[in-house]
Amino acid sequence: MADQPIPLVINDLHKRFGDNPVLKGLSLEAHQGDVISLIGASGSGKSTFLRCMNLLERPDAGEILVHGEQIRFRQLRNGRVPADWKQVERIRAKLSMVFQNFNLWAHLTLLQNVTEAPIHVLGVPRREARERGMALLERVGLAERADYFPAQLSGGQQQRGAIARALAMEPEVMLFDEPTSALDPELVGGVLRVMRELAEEGRTMIVVTHEMDFARDVSNQVMFLHQGRVEEAGKPQDVLNQPSSERLKQFLAPNF
Amino acid sequence: MIDFQGYGPRLLDGALLTFELAVLSLILAVALGLLAASAKLSGSRLAHGVATFYTTVVRGVPDLVLMMLLFYGGQIGVNMLTDQLYYAFDIDIFININAFVAGVVTIGFIFGAYMSETFRGAFLAVEEGQMEAARAYGMSGWLAFRRIRFPLMMRHALPGLGNNWMVLLKTTALVSIIGLTDMVRVAAEATKATHEPFLFMIPVALGYLAITSVSELVMLWLRKRYDTGFEEQD
Repeated sequence: MADQPIPLVINDLHKRFGDNPVLKGLSLEAHQGDVISLIGASGSGKSTFLRCMNLLERPDAGEILVHGEQIRFRQLRNGRVPADWKQVERIRAKLSMVFQNFNLWAHLTLLQNVTEAPIHVLGVPRREARERGMALLERVGLAERADYFPAQLSGGQQQRGAIARALAMEPEVMLFDEPTSALDPELVGGVLRVMRELAEEGRTMIVVTHEMDFARDVSNQVMFLHQGRVEEAGKPQDVLNQPSSERLKQFLAPNF
Repeated sequence: MIDFQGYGPRLLDGALLTFELAVLSLILAVALGLLAASAKLSGSRLAHGVATFYTTVVRGVPDLVLMMLLFYGGQIGVNMLTDQLYYAFDIDIFININAFVAGVVTIGFIFGAYMSETFRGAFLAVEEGQMEAARAYGMSGWLAFRRIRFPLMMRHALPGLGNNWMVLLKTTALVSIIGLTDMVRVAAEATKATHEPFLFMIPVALGYLAITSVSELVMLWLRKRYDTGFEEQD
C-alpha cells in the first residue's frame, strides 16, 4: 500500500537535558504492521526517544510525522516549542502509550479508564465507548474486573488493562515503554501474550524492552541504542544472532 | 418556648446572613486558592511571583485590617475611578460598595491565600504518571485538570479545606465592623439592651455549632467520594 501515508516517521531527532545530550540524531520509520523493538542499556536514550515521539519530552531538533502530518514547532529564545498544542493533542490521540508503571487513573474503574479518553478526547458516544471498552477488556481477559479500581488489581492485570485503554483509542501506532519491567516475573507472560497477539493482527508498535525473546520472536525490526545513537539496527535474527558491534555483543552476552 | 424578647426574627436573619456570607466567601476562596496554587506551580515566573506576593501579604496582615482597608479604601478607589471617568469622558456614575459584597470579597480574598497552600500541597501529592497518562492520551490542559488532576488532588486537599472552612465561618463575625448585621451583632445588641447575655449568646453558639456539624457530614460525604479507588483495596 504505497499510497498510504506512513504511520510514523522520525527524522534526525536530537534531545538534551541541560548540557547533557541524550539523543544525537535518531531516525525511524514505522510502516503499517511494523513492530520495532528498541533495546539498549539504561541511559542509552531508548525511553527518552519513545517519549519524544508523543512529545512527553520535547525534542530540541528533528522532525516527527504521524500519518503524514508533521508536528509544527516554533523557535523561541530558549528552545523550540510546539506551534499548535491542538495539533499535538490530536496527534497524541493517535499514538497510544503503555507505561512502565501502568499509570491507570487511580480514581476510575478499569472500564472508566478504558472509556475516559475515547469519550472526552475523541467524542465517542458513552454507550458505544462502554460496549467497545467491555469488548476490549474481554480480549485482555479482564471482563469480570471491569468495575474494579486499579489498586485492587495485580500489576499484570493493570498492565493488560492499560493495553485495553491504549487499544480503545484505535491508535495509528502503539508506544510501549518497558511494559513488563515493573512486573513480577510470573505476571510478565500474560502481558507479552497480549502484545504478541496485537503484533500478529498487524498493529504498528514501537516497544522499548528488555525482553530479548520478545524482540527476537515478535518484532520485525530491532534498534540497538547506545549513548543516544543507533549502534545497530535491522532484522532481529541478524541483529540479535549475529551482532557486529562489540557493544551489542557485550549487551547481549548474558543471553548467549 | 424561650422568649427572645422580640429579637427572634432578627436573630434568624442574622444567622441566614452569616451562612450566606460564609458559603459565598468559601466559593470565592476555593476559586482563588486553585488559581493561586496553579500559578505557583506553573512554569511562569510572573504568575509565580504574583501568587507568592498575594499569599505572603494576605497571610501576614490581620483580617480586620484587610477588611477595613478593602471596604473603606475600596470605596475611595472606586470614587477616584468614577471621578476620572467623569472628567475624561463626561460619564457620571456613582458606585457604592455594598457591605455584603465587600464582606464576601474580603473573606474570600483572605481565605483564598490559605487555600492556595492547601491546594498546592495537594497538587504536588498527585503522582506525576497520572497527569502524564492524561497528556499522552491527548487531553487538553483543562480537560486533564477537570477529569484527572482535580479529583485526584481533592483527596489530599479535603482535610485542609475542612479546617479552612471552619475558621472562615467564624471569621464572618468580623463583618459587623463594616456594618453588616450578622447573628453575632444582633446578639450583642440584644444583650446590651436586655442584660441577658446567655439568652442570646448561647443560641448564637449553637447556631455556629449547627452549621459546623452539618459541614462535618458534608465533609464525610466528600471524603468518601474522593477516596473512591483508594480505600477499597482487597
